[in-house]
Amino acid sequence: MFNKDRWKEILEVLTSNWFRTLLTAFGVFWGIFILIVLLAAGKGLENGIKQDFGDIATNTMFMWTRRTTKPFEGLPKDRRFNFKIGDVTAIKDNVSHLRFVSPRNQLGGFGGNNNVVRGLNTGAYNVYGDYPEIINQDPMTVTSGRFINHNDIREKRKVAVIGLGVKNELYAKGEKVLGTYIKIQGVNFLVIGTYKKNSSNGNEEGQKEIFVPFTAFSQAFNMGETVGWMAITAQDGYSISVLKNQIIDLMKANHKVHPEDSRAVGHFDLYEQYRRVESLFSGIRWIAIIVGTFVLLSGIIGVSNIMLIVVKERTKEIGIRRALGESPWSIKKQILMESIFLTLISGMTGIIFGALTIYGINALLDSVGPVDMFMNPSVSVNVVAGALSVLMFAGLLAGFLPANSAIKVRPIEALRTE
Amino acid sequence: MIEIKDLHKSYRMGSNSLHVLKGINFSVEDGELVAIMGSSGSGKSTLLNILGMLDGADSGEYNLDGVPIKDLNETKAAQYRNKFLGFIFQSFNLINYKTAAENVALPLYYQKVGRKERQDKSIAYLEKVGLKNWAHHLPSELSGGQKQRVAIARALAAEPKVLLADEPTGALDSKTSYEVMDLIQKINDEGNTILVVTHEPDIAEMCKRIVHLKDGVIVEDKKVEQVRAEQYV
Repeated sequence: MFNKDRWKEILEVLTSNWFRTLLTAFGVFWGIFILIVLLAAGKGLENGIKQDFGDIATNTMFMWTRRTTKPFEGLPKDRRFNFKIGDVTAIKDNVSHLRFVSPRNQLGGFGGNNNVVRGLNTGAYNVYGDYPEIINQDPMTVTSGRFINHNDIREKRKVAVIGLGVKNELYAKGEKVLGTYIKIQGVNFLVIGTYKKNSSNGNEEGQKEIFVPFTAFSQAFNMGETVGWMAITAQDGYSISVLKNQIIDLMKANHKVHPEDSRAVGHFDLYEQYRRVESLFSGIRWIAIIVGTFVLLSGIIGVSNIMLIVVKERTKEIGIRRALGESPWSIKKQILMESIFLTLISGMTGIIFGALTIYGINALLDSVGPVDMFMNPSVSVNVVAGALSVLMFAGLLAGFLPANSAIKVRPIEALRTE
Repeated sequence: MIEIKDLHKSYRMGSNSLHVLKGINFSVEDGELVAIMGSSGSGKSTLLNILGMLDGADSGEYNLDGVPIKDLNETKAAQYRNKFLGFIFQSFNLINYKTAAENVALPLYYQKVGRKERQDKSIAYLEKVGLKNWAHHLPSELSGGQKQRVAIARALAAEPKVLLADEPTGALDSKTSYEVMDLIQKINDEGNTILVVTHEPDIAEMCKRIVHLKDGVIVEDKKVEQVRAEQYV
C-alpha cells in the first residue's frame, strides 16, 4: 500500500491527462460539496428554529378550562368551571413522573388595556401570578435583584419581577428600579427584580411581562382558589404527551365533566409541537443526504467511466506488464488504488471547500447579525467521517469494473492492440 | 532446456476451427540460438506464444527447464514468465511514460527486488547494451535500434532461462538489425538460450540452428554455421 513506486505510478497515470483528471475529480468534488452544504443549510435552519423555542422546557404542556359540551351527573352542558388550587395537589399526588406542576393566573393579554401605572407612565402588560418553579419552565435570566421565592408565596408578599421591556417603558434611563413601587390595577407592588428572556420570539412580548407571587396575585385580584391555567412539565425520560391523558382524565373526574367531553379541558402540548419540528428537520436532513448522495453517485460514475477509458488506453501497456510477469492481482490493485486515490482527493477537496463555504456563511451571519430562522450552519465531524468512508467505498466501487476489465483481456490479445 | 512433445493448437473461428499447430516435437538445449522461420500463417507466432506462456496448447507436453508447463492460471503464468522468460518484441513494447532505466527495472520490480538493487541492476544492463548514457531518457527520445536494445536489457534484467524474440529486427533497417543481432549473438555467447522468430533469411543465418515451420508442422530442423553480425556493423 505504501509503496513508493506504486504511488509514483498512480501520480504518473493521473497527471498524464490533467484536464481529464480535473474534470473527473470535479464530479466527485461537486457531489460531496453539495452534500456538505445541504446538510449544513438544514442544520442552520434547524438551529434557527430551535433557537425560537429558546430554553423552554419542551417536555411541557399547558392546560386550561373551557365550557363543557356534554351534560353529566345532572349538570347541564355549557357549564363554566375553573381549576382550583386543590387540583394542583391532586395532580401531584395522582400522576407520577411529573417534574413541575405550576398553577398560573394572568391579567392583561395581547392588545389589552393599560393596567400598570408608575408615576406618569402607564403600560399594558401581561401580569402573571406564579410559583417560583416557573423560571425552569419558561426560562429567563434575572438581570438584577431576585426572582419570586417561596417566602413570597407563603406570606403573600406583593412583590413583582418586571421584564426589561417594562422597565424601559416605565422608568427613565439609569433610574433606580429595585425598591420602587408599580401600581397593577390599582394595587401597589414592590419591584424586587428584573429579568430578560432568552428565547428570540419573546423579544417584544416576552420582555413585557410582570411576575408576582401566585398567592399575592389571588388575594390582590380576588381570584380566590381559582387557577387560570397550568404549566406541567414531565421528568426527563417521560413524555408529557403520554402523561397528559392521565392528567386530563383526572381533571375531568374532579370537576364532574363527562369523560368523553373532549373540549372541556383545553391543552397545548409543546412537546408534540417540538417533535413535529424535530421530524421536519430529520426529513430535511434525509432530503439533503439523498440529493447529495445522488450527486455524489453521478460523480462516482464519472470516475468509473474515466477509469474504464484509462484502462482501455493502457490495454497494451497492461499486456506488456503481464508478459513481463506482473500478476493480475497487482494490476487490479493498481487500478483500484488509482480510483480510490482520485475519489478521495477530490472528495476531500470538496469537504474542505464545503467547510470553507460554511465558515464564510457563518462569518457573514456574524457580521450582519442574526437572521430569522437561520443560525450557525454546521456539519458534525461524524458526517465528515461518514462522507470520507463513503468516498473510500465509492472509489473502490468505481474502480472495480475497470480493474476487472483490465485483467479480463488476455495478455496475448492486449499485446496485439495498438 | 525446452522440450515439446506433440503440441497441438487450433483456433475457433466461428463455426470452423483452424488447426494451427499439428503436432510439434522440438527441443532446445542450453545455450542454443535457434531461429524459427516460416511464412505468415505457418504457426511460428503461435508456437512462440505457447512457449512464452501467453497462450495455452490444446494438447501435448511442454517442459521448461524440467518444469511441466500446463494448466496455469494467470497468476501462476505471470510468475513463470517473470522467472523463466525474457521477451523481445517486434514493436519493442516499452512503456512510454517510463525512462529506459525504469523500463529495464520493471521485471525486477515484479520479482520484488529492492529499489536500490533494481536501479543498480538496470543501469548495469543498460551499460551492457551500450545505453548507459541514455538511462534517463524516455522511449520517445530513443531511436528504433536503441529502443530494441533497451527491450533486450529489460529481457535480460530478470536473468531468465530463455529469451524469446518475436521478429526482433522486423521494425528496423538492416544496419540497425545487424547491430541488434550482434548484441543477441554476444548474449548467446555468454551462454543464454535464445529463440528468435523471423522470416528474414539473413537474420536466421546469424543463429546456430534454423527450424522451418510450414502449415503447423516442422519441415526442416538444421544446424547452421553462424554468420557473425559483427562484420556488417
